[in-house]
Formats: sequence, structure tokens, C-alpha cells
Amino acid sequence: MTNAHLEAVEPAGETTHYVLHLYVTGSTPRSIQAIANIRKICEAHLVGRYDLDVVDISEDPMRAQSEQIIAAPTLIKTLPLPLRRFIGDMSQTDRIMVGLDLRAGGAAIPTERS
Amino acid sequence: MKKKLSEGLSALVKARTGIDGLDEITGGGLPAGRPTLVCGSAGCGKTMLAMEFLVRGATQFDEPGVFMMFEENAAELTANVRSLGFDLEKLIAEKKIVLDYVHIERSEIEETGEYDLEGLFIRLGHAIDTIGAKRVVLDTIEALFAGLPNQAVLRAELRRLFRWLKDRGMTAVITGEKGDGNAITRYGLEEYVADCVIILDQRIREQVSTRRLRVLKYRGTAHGMNEYPFLISPHGFSVLPITSLLLEHAVSTQRVPTGIDRLDEMLGGQGVFQGSSVLVSGSSGTGKSSIAAKFIETACERGERALFFAYEESAAQIVRNMRSVDIDLQPWIDRGLLQIQSSRPTLQGLEQHLVLMHGAVQTFRPTVVVVDPISNLTLADDDSEVKPTLMRLIDFLKKEQITAVFTSLITGGDSVSAPEDTLLGVSSLMDTWLLLRNVEFTGERNRTIFVRKSRGMAHSNQVREFILSDRGIDLVDVYLGGDRVLTGSARVAQEAQERDAATLRGEDHERKLRQLGSKRKAIEAQIAALQAEAEADSEEVHFAIAQELLQQKATHRNADAMKHQRSGSTEQLEDLVKEIV
Repeated sequence: MTNAHLEAVEPAGETTHYVLHLYVTGSTPRSIQAIANIRKICEAHLVGRYDLDVVDISEDPMRAQSEQIIAAPTLIKTLPLPLRRFIGDMSQTDRIMVGLDLRAGGAAIPTERS
Repeated sequence: MKKKLSEGLSALVKARTGIDGLDEITGGGLPAGRPTLVCGSAGCGKTMLAMEFLVRGATQFDEPGVFMMFEENAAELTANVRSLGFDLEKLIAEKKIVLDYVHIERSEIEETGEYDLEGLFIRLGHAIDTIGAKRVVLDTIEALFAGLPNQAVLRAELRRLFRWLKDRGMTAVITGEKGDGNAITRYGLEEYVADCVIILDQRIREQVSTRRLRVLKYRGTAHGMNEYPFLISPHGFSVLPITSLLLEHAVSTQRVPTGIDRLDEMLGGQGVFQGSSVLVSGSSGTGKSSIAAKFIETACERGERALFFAYEESAAQIVRNMRSVDIDLQPWIDRGLLQIQSSRPTLQGLEQHLVLMHGAVQTFRPTVVVVDPISNLTLADDDSEVKPTLMRLIDFLKKEQITAVFTSLITGGDSVSAPEDTLLGVSSLMDTWLLLRNVEFTGERNRTIFVRKSRGMAHSNQVREFILSDRGIDLVDVYLGGDRVLTGSARVAQEAQERDAATLRGEDHERKLRQLGSKRKAIEAQIAALQAEAEADSEEVHFAIAQELLQQKATHRNADAMKHQRSGSTEQLEDLVKEIV
């Protein structure tokens, strides 16, 4: 990551809008877990300023190819930049919080682990 | 033998790769419906092998394929394989091949709990279903190890992936990077792919690089265990064609004249067998190339094609030099019957030369091939390597029923036995071995030739003098003067001497005949004289006998007359007198 790249990125403030895509495979327990976990985080920290799009790649394999999905579940943060990928059932909240640049209060929100 | 082999393996179905030579080594191809691991260090041709496997499958065997790549993207790969003559874009448009580029950027990824690689499975499954693929290539799946942090998950998923590919009946090629030391692959992929493992290798010896292929393991089938050289050429991947796994090429009883009548005579009167290999060896300047050129000229005169691999002279030089012994090769080149391929032997490794020769032979389809000389090819290599590689070439030529002439330079002078022994490794592969030798005697050097061996035909055990002149090549009987062979002017002198002696002897005979004639006449005269004498003798004897008889009679008469007189009858006396008179 270059400095120029960083400058282009707006510091994540209270007004930054988030665009998130969650790619899951059917309604497996792990998929359901991931969907529930990410919703909980968004509702807790990004109320009113996020779009969460859940894609079932077993229904739409072309998306898996174009978005370079290998692991499932995968969460892709397209906005704000930089692009970040999170793989797993989204149970490690602190890692997601760091990755999404949401370090408000630092206290981790308890989520369910599969 | 071949039949037995295939019967025994009927349970194991093989998918032909269509790659030159590889199907021969593996006895028919890769295990169908199972994964094969192809590993080797960077730049040794893994991707090319995998791609050709896929393209040939799609174009020749009606088995569409999926190429999943982890290192190059589709555009790069398409450009790279275009150099092999593969038009991927066309194949993709025809739905015979699907490319899928899997890219992982490690720095973007954060692990947030448990996951699996279902995304990869879905993509692969989708690609397979789209075109009804039978073949899959994963190149190089090891890239995942660098991209994904959790190796335990990855290993479990890879095991599941290979099982899944098997269950779907995919003939798969998985490429892997060679590991350090004894490890076959860096991440131990061989643990998951146990059916067939092929190792590619590139090594440099004496500044010449050679690529080699080896089938390390092929479960449930016999396969060639050796290392086989291979080449990536404009025609694709080519493993040095092997036919030596089985010695069963058809043989011909057809004979091919050498173009030198007296030489054919030495070889049972008809020349060598078609499809046999002829070794012409000798020290420098003994006329090896001339024999080879004559052989070629004769083949071209029959309207056959000939291929000349020259490693000492350029094509133009050969043509010029051969004119000096009345062999004109230019017309045959012009008519397309003769091809001379000159190259430096050190340009490539021996194997590469052989692969190229093989390619040239397959394209040009000659009936006669000359390699002049093989000793140059072997210059850079170990003797131990020369034999198996040459054997492969000879086997290939035999299989194609091509008559081959190899010349070989013997170094180390003209001593009687030593230099021949240095060729023992190669000569045992040859059917006919002509040995040329310089004989130095009375201040001049002359060429001699003899047939060291010739399998399957009666051949002369005589040494002949071999004469190269502007009238061509000829063989002449040598003279055995005392205990040595006479050649050149010594032979000519001996010839003259013998001729003089013969004339002298001829004159002597005539004289003797004349003497005999006159003697006979004298004897005949004597016989006539003796006969005349004998006749004279016998006449005398008869005369004497007659005289005696007359006298006897006269005596009787006289006695009677006396009796009559005494009894007194004149008449009787008169009768008696008449009788006597």
C-alpha cells in the first residue's frame, strides 16, 4: 500500500458509507452464521450507512469467478477503499472491526461462534 | 507381448495425451478419471505440458477441458501458448476449453473464523458443466499455500478437491513446484495425488541445457522408468519418442543397394536390408562421407527421399566436395528429394538433436537417413548417455523402415584393434558395420574397406582397396604379397609383375607344345618305318614258306617219278613232268 493510495482514502468517520458483499454457498450452517454475524456488526456500528448484499454463489457461479471468490464465506468491502476481503464465518469480530476501520470504543461486540 | 500387456491392464483406462512420446512411455496415456501430478522446477515446461494435454484432448480426442490457473492470467497464458501453435481463443469460442484465472492477494485477506474452499469447487464445477469437460488442469494450485493463511484448512480442502475430481471422473493434471532436497513438491502435493507422478527437469551440463521427463510413479501400470529428454518446439511438447520398451518392429527382407557395385557384392550381392542401420567407421580421410553420399545419390536415383544430417560441413560444402568423386547431389536437392540439414553439434544437447532429427524425419518422410558423423554428436556427452539415446533414434528409424547410415570418426590412428574398440558401445546397435582403414606402405597411404559385420546375410571376409577418384568410387581386390596386403602403387607394381610373369609363362607353354608336336611327328615317322620293316619281314617269311612247300612237293614228285621209272611207264613220266612244269 502506497502513501498516495492512503491519501486518496477518506478517513473512516461517522458519515462514511459502506458497501459490503457477502458471498455464501447455499444455506449451510456456516453461511447462516456468517450472515447473522455480519448483520449484527453492521447494525451495531453502521446503522443507516451501509449496503449489505448477500450473494449465493452456488446460484450464481459467474459471480464467484468475476469476484475471485475461492473461500466461503467471503466478505468483500468494496467501499470505502481500500478493498478488503474477509474469509470465514465472521465470528472473530475484533478482526472484522479492525479491517473495517471501526474501532469505536474498542470493546468487542459478542457474536456467536459456530 | 503388447497384447498381453494390454490385457493385463484392461481394468485401467487411460486417457491419451496426444503428446509425442508421452503416450508411449506411459503405455497409452494418463490414468483416465484420476489426477496426475506434474512437478518440476520453474521454467521446465509444466504449464506447456498441461496445456498441450488439454488442447490435444479438446481437439483430437473430443474431451473438452478446464484450465484453472493460479499464476498467469488468461491473456498471458493465451499469448504464451500461441508460440506452440495453439489458438486458445478459438477453442474457447468453440466451447472446447474454459480458462479460469484464480487470483489471491494475500495482503487483502483477513481470516475471520472458519471457512472452506467451496468457492473454488463451485467455480470449477461450473466451468466443467458449461462445456461438459472431461479434463481439468490446475496450474499451479500450490499458489493457494501462499495466498491462504490457514494451511490445515487448505490441506483438508485439497484432499477433498482431489477426491471430488475423481468422483466426477475428471482426468486431471495438477502441476507442482519442485521441492528442496528430496521433496517431490514444495508443499507435498504428492500426498494427495497418488496415481501418477511425472517429474520434469531441466539441467545444464557443459553449457548445454537439456530438459528431461520421468514417470516417477504410475499406479497399476507398467511404464518407462528412465529419464526421457523432451523438447518444447513450435509443434508443441515432444518427449523423445520411445519405442525401445518393446523390441518388435517389423523387419524387411528387401535389400537396398549401396550404389557401389563391388560393395554390394561384398554384402551378399544385393546390398543392405531396408530399414537396417549401417555404421561406416574410419579415421579421418578414409572416405566415410563419400560412401554415405553415394548411398544417398543411389536412393535419389530410385526416386526415394533422403535426409542428410551433417555435423561437420555445410550443405553447400558437401555438394561441392562430393562433385570431386563424381557424386552430384545438387539436382536431387533441387527436385526436393534430398534435404541436407547442417548444424553445429554443440548447439544443443545430444537429446535435443535427436528430438529435432525425429521431427525432421517425420516431416520429410525419407527412406534413407545419413548422420555424418555421429561421433561429433557425442562430443559433448558422456559415453554412457550416448548409447541409450542413439538406441532410441535407431529404434525409431527401424520402426519407420528407414535405412540409416551413420558415419563415425575413429580417433587414435590406424592401429589394428584399439580404435575399433572405442566404438563397441554403438556398434552393437548396428546391423552392418563397414570399416575403412588407411594402409600406409612404401611411402603412400591407401584406403581399404572391409565388412566388419553384417547381420542376416552372407558377407565377404575380404579386404578390398577402396578407390576414390573423379570417376567415382570403386573397390578393387587387394593383392596379398607375402604376408601383407598390397594397395596403391605397390598393388599396381605387383599387378604388372604378375602380368609379365604370366606372359612369360604363356610363351614357355607354346614352346613346349611346339616341341611336343615335332616330337610326336618324329615318333609317327619312326612308327611308319617300323611297320614297313615288319611288313617286309613278313613277306620274306611267307616267301620262304612257299619255297619250302614247293621243294617238298618237288621232292614228292621226284620220288614218285623215280617209282614210275623203276616200274617203266613213260606216259606216267610224261604226266609227271607236265605236273612239275
